Amino acid sequence: MSQMHQPAALSTCPSCEEPLESGDLFCDACGYDLSAVPPPPSDRPTVVLNGMPPGPPPAAPPAPAAAPAPAQWPVAPEVDSSDTPAPTHRSADLPGTDSGGGDLAASEQTAPGQVPADPDDYLLPAPGTSPGPEAPGPEAPADPRTGPQPATEAAHPSAGAAEPVLPTPPAGTKLCVACRAGHVAPDGYCENCGHAQPRERDHMEQELAAVAAVSDRGLRHHRNEDAFAISSAALPDGSPATVAIVCDGVSSATRPDEASMAASRAANAALQDALPRGTHPQQAMHDAIVAAAEAVNSLAAEPTSAREHSPHQNAPACTLVGAVVTGGLLVIGWVGDSRAYWVPVDRTGPTARLTEDDSWAAQMVAAGLMNEAEAYADERAHAITGWLGADAYELEPHTASFKPDRPGVVVVCTDGLWNYAEAAQDMARALPADAALRPLHSAQVLVGHALDGGGHDNVTVAILPFPAAPQGAGSA
Amino acid sequence: MAIFSKSNVPQFTVDVYQNEYLPEGGREVNAIATVTSTGGGTIGSAVGAPHLYSAGEGPDAAVAIMVDCSGSMDYPPTKMRGARDATAAAIDALRDGVHFAVIGGTHVASEVYPGGGRLAVAGPGTRAQAKEALRKLSAGGGTAIGTWLRLADRLLASADVSIRHGILLTDGRNEHESPEDLRASLDACAGRFTCDARGVGTDWEVKEVTGIASALLGTADIVADPAGLAADFTQMMESAMGKEVADVSLRLWTPMGVEIMFVKQVAPTVEELTDRRTEAGPRAGDYPTGSWGDESRDYHICVRVPGAELGQEMLAARVSLIVPGADGTVQTLSQGLVRAVWTDDMAASTSINPQVAHYTGQAELAQVIQQGLDARKSGDFDGATAKLGRAVQLASASGNEDTAKLLSKVVDVVDATTGTVRLKARVAEADEMTLETRSTKTVRVKK
Repeated sequence: MSQMHQPAALSTCPSCEEPLESGDLFCDACGYDLSAVPPPPSDRPTVVLNGMPPGPPPAAPPAPAAAPAPAQWPVAPEVDSSDTPAPTHRSADLPGTDSGGGDLAASEQTAPGQVPADPDDYLLPAPGTSPGPEAPGPEAPADPRTGPQPATEAAHPSAGAAEPVLPTPPAGTKLCVACRAGHVAPDGYCENCGHAQPRERDHMEQELAAVAAVSDRGLRHHRNEDAFAISSAALPDGSPATVAIVCDGVSSATRPDEASMAASRAANAALQDALPRGTHPQQAMHDAIVAAAEAVNSLAAEPTSAREHSPHQNAPACTLVGAVVTGGLLVIGWVGDSRAYWVPVDRTGPTARLTEDDSWAAQMVAAGLMNEAEAYADERAHAITGWLGADAYELEPHTASFKPDRPGVVVVCTDGLWNYAEAAQDMARALPADAALRPLHSAQVLVGHALDGGGHDNVTVAILPFPAAPQGAGSA
Repeated sequence: MAIFSKSNVPQFTVDVYQNEYLPEGGREVNAIATVTSTGGGTIGSAVGAPHLYSAGEGPDAAVAIMVDCSGSMDYPPTKMRGARDATAAAIDALRDGVHFAVIGGTHVASEVYPGGGRLAVAGPGTRAQAKEALRKLSAGGGTAIGTWLRLADRLLASADVSIRHGILLTDGRNEHESPEDLRASLDACAGRFTCDARGVGTDWEVKEVTGIASALLGTADIVADPAGLAADFTQMMESAMGKEVADVSLRLWTPMGVEIMFVKQVAPTVEELTDRRTEAGPRAGDYPTGSWGDESRDYHICVRVPGAELGQEMLAARVSLIVPGADGTVQTLSQGLVRAVWTDDMAASTSINPQVAHYTGQAELAQVIQQGLDARKSGDFDGATAKLGRAVQLASASGNEDTAKLLSKVVDVVDATTGTVRLKARVAEADEMTLETRSTKTVRVKK
């Protein structure tokens, strides 16, 4: 992780020369999108960081809210050492199969540290002990402002001083972030240099009590076609549940950004509706994916906007991966190649990939035609074989339920992240040790990991600590 | 100046066709802007049956018909007769209420009808009087087209109308004034009225006639047989009567640092507009397009943008159609955006927009025909064969059948696909002039 904390190579804003702080996503003074700055090849600056100064973090009491609650999650029942599916994987009422009836255990062969496979590793650490040896001592204050802020704060005190030569624009007009000289026309382009202005979706962050998500346009794509939705829900018994949905628009289709936004919102709304009514989370997840598919399908019927004249008008489409975390249960659902990973708080325990891509590469591997390395080296590797959209042959929502026997975090992400941390161990290495305590920070770090790797795609990641902490329970 | 009620201001739409994706380091952005105007519903019948208009209906217009009366018009005498008949047919096509005049042109310009520096208002009486006056037309004298245009300008300016149009017929070279005088007259008239130009017979200079039409934003054509004049004049007048809004300009706004490579009309004909820009405020310029009825034209815009990083997006140009309003302000009729988006997706950045590819080919077609005919005239037969062979290939590939047919009268086509041709040993002068005059005609993309 050390490379994540090196000082940014950019010391001043390339647009207005304002001195930058390490970790700034946008220039404080002019709002220039720093992720757009080409980094020097040998010394790539970290463009998404935790937002903390590189020096020692201020001493502060540990953030209480996100600490794992004392051991309220079910202890793993006795298991035998035979090759039967590990009982910890499923509760009595919950077969560990996907919604199509396929055998989950078989489909997870590539995850060496999968949750259910290694019962010996499930000895629980004593509740209440520190999350792990890698955890840094002092915790950052739970102040959302320590995270990188979108460039909405043009009223920074130094903004006026940074540009003495420019005429003062009339109040209320937006200055272009690229040239700092032109006003932004109503159609979103600078009146001077013509550059498109950063859109709201270029970088999005959201943090709730027990879940956080970050989405970024990346360094190579002109818009962010990923979307996410996170929320907290309550089960009928009042116990908390957290929900995260992450979607990746299919670029070769029309309006992928609208597809991902519609799907993530629809799935989240469906879960918000179903969970409090006592629907089993796995069934609710299945229904949520169906609802998301319908939302995307309905986009195809709408007329395309006037400026889209491309001759190939494919129906909007996107992938989806979602997670529901309750006090004892972890439910995953997905279509396409967006993924979920399990990383236990105690890193000596096994990490696992919880999803199986609907992709050409995964099919090749599953069919035994190629090994994983060969399959992912192929240019067809990322061609997806399942998606939400009107032109999908047949919607096949995959869902799976887990009963982890220890605290951990679920990383829900698009391929813009996992391309840079494909194996579960790599994902665990990229994830800060205190991820369960600082979900937003961890999501920012993972996005930074993808951008450091090249940011070739949009990057979206949601972090859900397991188990869901009771509201206001605090640390014991 | 132009005053229109809502009903007869056409609706303009601008559709931009482009591949906005550029590779890393890419800087050239090409776009085709299709401008379509659809009128207030009356115009369809106006073209077919102009007399259905009563006075005051439809846009107010003034038309000047300029008829060549130089001595050569009597050789053969069918030319003068044809010109008289054609002018009479054009007068018959005038909508009631339209202001008009007939000018006889020699080395000086004279008013044939109504005279006195005025315009007549079309009606049954004035039509009959005008046709009567045509009998007085006789051939004799030289040719100084600039004087005809200046008289037409003076007469047209005397009426307070929104559409001003001229129809010019000549049969010979502009021998009695210098090319500079003609140029000066064209410059003086440009933007004040539009003008269609026709050459009758084969003794006129193609570049003079096309130059007049180009400068005055009208059409140019050849009428090799004087017997065909009447039908052509009727058609020209009906088209003029169909115009509903004048002085429309294509306004191009480009951001700082963007360089305009060229702007040209590419349909229905190729017309270079790059050098006809007039500045219109910061980073904006206007290109004249003349007057519009119910019609659609395509413009090819090519700009060079400053380089930007992958993932960046910028506006390369805003394309709008504007008309000057009554109080000196401009009214924007419609607008389209030309964008540039840098991507590392090679499939996206390397594909050429079909419209851009098509019109790039059509513009090259017009150019190689001109170059081929020039080479043929100067005795460079190898060069002419190569250029006209390429023209045959382009015309065939793009489905421009009219031009292909004209080419086949100048060259023997061996293989149109490869552009293999042989120059014909004997080519009728009319065929060669027809090809040259119509070389700029384009066809639209096959849908």
